Amino acid sequence: MKSAVIVFPGSNCDRDIAVALEKVTGTKPAMVWHGETALPDGTGLIALPGGFSYGDYLRCGAIAARSPIIPAVVDAAGRGMPVIGICNGFQVLTEIGLLPGALMRNAALNFVCRDVPMTVENSQSLFTSRYSAGESITIPVAHHDGNYFAETSVLDRLEGEGRVAFRYSGNINGSARNIAGILNEQGNVLGMMPHPERRIEAAHGGEDGHRLFEGLLEMAG
Amino acid sequence: MKLRIVVTLKNGVLDPQGKAIEHALGSLGFDGVNDVRAGKIFELDVADDTSDEAIDEMCRKLLANTVIENYRIERQ
Repeated sequence: MKSAVIVFPGSNCDRDIAVALEKVTGTKPAMVWHGETALPDGTGLIALPGGFSYGDYLRCGAIAARSPIIPAVVDAAGRGMPVIGICNGFQVLTEIGLLPGALMRNAALNFVCRDVPMTVENSQSLFTSRYSAGESITIPVAHHDGNYFAETSVLDRLEGEGRVAFRYSGNINGSARNIAGILNEQGNVLGMMPHPERRIEAAHGGEDGHRLFEGLLEMAG
Repeated sequence: MKLRIVVTLKNGVLDPQGKAIEHALGSLGFDGVNDVRAGKIFELDVADDTSDEAIDEMCRKLLANTVIENYRIERQ
């Protein structure tokens, strides 16, 4: 499967996700600069990487969400192409409006950088088919603005439609209902604050992130 | 034309930064500060013929995230 990693000024997990995607899919992803207006032909998966696009100026992900490449991402997502946004990528997806809600400053104002246990809430999605529902996995987080906010009606809808993909086992950043990752209505867009690409081999301290990419390859490949 | 755009968090959205500022004011000995909400101000210098619609669109499309923030446009 050909994948594309969108690179913004200030992205810093673009290489990590590229390594993870290459390792699992066997194909080097195309690194697509944010100033492009089209995705490479044959792209089957889009990844928005972690980092600090535009230095988090204005709001995290706000300026990146208005980049020239974004209309092509929105168009592809609308056609059902899988899109994964990790950390800053999740923030960008909410700023674009592909996912509901917003990521706010962590409730305790601290930068949280550690391995956190979380539960897989939905194992039927494109991204989570290799996990079991209710399974506890450990994935690292590293963010200052991961405090997920949405109105109660939106949260209820996410829960009711099985669109909460991952939930922290405890309150690490103030996120509403401990939400760590959510899916869009069609199930082809995932945004998550934890970094599965940093947990794909034993040398990382665990491989819990590997199955996300494996499942994605199997379902979308 | 000079504009001032004031962006504030919507009611009901928790503001951890405002809370931290409120506590800091308390620890400086200022009593009776019941609440602090942090926001942002943008000062824009725009062409005189910029339409109200365009200014509003600037706010909705970029300056404010209307999921969590309100905005107010002040003409100087």
